[in-house]
Amino acid sequence: MIHEWLLDGSLALLILTLAVAVLYVRSLYASIVLFIAFGLLLALIWARLGAPDLALAEAAIGAGLTGTLLLAALGRTPVSQRAEPAFSGARQYVRSGPAVVLSLLIFWILLQAVLPLPEQSSAVVRAAEQHLDAAGVAHPVTAVLLNFRAWDTLLELLVLLLAFMAVRQLLPSLPRAPEAWPLLLGWSCLLAPLIILIGGYLLWRGSSDPGGAFQAGALLAAGAILLRLTDLLPAMGWHHAWVRLLVLGGCAFFLLVGLFTHWLGAGFLAYPEGWAGPLIILIEVAATLSIAITLTLLVIGETREVRG
Amino acid sequence: MTAWLDLVLTLLSWSLLLCGAFFFIAGTVGLLRFPDIYCRLHAVTKADTLGLGLLLPGLALQADSPDRLGTLLLVWLLVMGSGATACQMLARYARETEAPVDDP
Amino acid sequence: MTQVLFYLILGVALWVLGLHGLIRLHQPIRRIISVNIMGSGVFMVMVALARRSEDPDPVMHALVVTGLVVAISATAFALRLAVTGQRSEEDRE
Repeated sequence: MIHEWLLDGSLALLILTLAVAVLYVRSLYASIVLFIAFGLLLALIWARLGAPDLALAEAAIGAGLTGTLLLAALGRTPVSQRAEPAFSGARQYVRSGPAVVLSLLIFWILLQAVLPLPEQSSAVVRAAEQHLDAAGVAHPVTAVLLNFRAWDTLLELLVLLLAFMAVRQLLPSLPRAPEAWPLLLGWSCLLAPLIILIGGYLLWRGSSDPGGAFQAGALLAAGAILLRLTDLLPAMGWHHAWVRLLVLGGCAFFLLVGLFTHWLGAGFLAYPEGWAGPLIILIEVAATLSIAITLTLLVIGETREVRG
Repeated sequence: MTAWLDLVLTLLSWSLLLCGAFFFIAGTVGLLRFPDIYCRLHAVTKADTLGLGLLLPGLALQADSPDRLGTLLLVWLLVMGSGATACQMLARYARETEAPVDDP
Repeated sequence: MTQVLFYLILGVALWVLGLHGLIRLHQPIRRIISVNIMGSGVFMVMVALARRSEDPDPVMHALVVTGLVVAISATAFALRLAVTGQRSEEDRE
């Protein structure tokens, strides 16, 4: 018993310390590097809380891709604007009073809201378990994502597409990455096939074990970003027909399936009996490719797109 | 006989794990205390590689299936390769952007 | 105190820390990081709630996976906006 609390306690202490350090460390670069460490520690906590799907997704998306995004944004921020303005002096402490009081007040209010929650139980768990046999996949999280609450996943793909469309409109020029050094080139060449293999494995495994379209997509995106930054992969942009096809393919296929099932009479995205398994696999493949390409383009951006 | 073997394996595994943890801590202390980037990289990459090399056999002795051994081997190779590549990139970047270090 | 309660409180604490950072910090990238920390706090509350039953609640886990992807979409957009803003500010000076 005591060693369990030792683990939970040290995880909590570490995550709180890291959060404070991320927010208030002086250099912005250090803050971003600490944020990546924060994401990795969070992945460890998800694993501790029995959520391996989330641990995979957090390590790939929360720590890896968000870290790359932040570093890219830092590279594009002029040095004069990196510093936190007026971050020292006695007046700061006086001025920080209200913020601390407000935060503590909100903390107390939220605690009152949260404390009774452990006693209540949700009926959803049992409902999900009961219908798992008919879901077409054996892993409950994948079943929820692509069958019981497929609507959420469809809308989430649309959010990703929307963000991509919005980012395209803004400042497309990414400073060219410097030529990659030989060791990095060699290591990337070694990693690339492995990443594709593991991405495919995660996707395939998602139907019975932790894994699935999001984790696989994020991993493939990470690989593509690495190859793109080392210039091993040619530039890709919206003007390529295959990019458009893959980015839109996820949403389009999902919507088509929805319309098809509606036409069959089962209702929008209610799969007919016996069809759930294969349909989910097909949707997952399309979604994985779409997520991978969209995330890649979100992170590395496109060059000379909008102006051209 | 098997109970005795189990005991030896457990003891061996835990001593390897503890040694590995010791080297990780030593590397971290070096990272925090050493003066410049080259010393820090030296401390953290070497000590961590050794620490990992001790942790993984320690975990492998407790593994219950051959798959687990394969995963551990893959983890070992990937982390070593990434660590070496990252170390080289950081050191080379530091060398190209900062003033050259005086060789003794 | 149970493990669920412990992580619930930890999640709320992370959220409030992020909120405090959002109030106190001015640099845009730091503010975006603060919002991300608040998001992590929310996710932690949800994952802790998923632990209430014997088998973890798959619905909560699915929602958090969805949330992670939405969070990175929003972060990418916000960062691009922030960088564009900084650029135009620099041009004006």
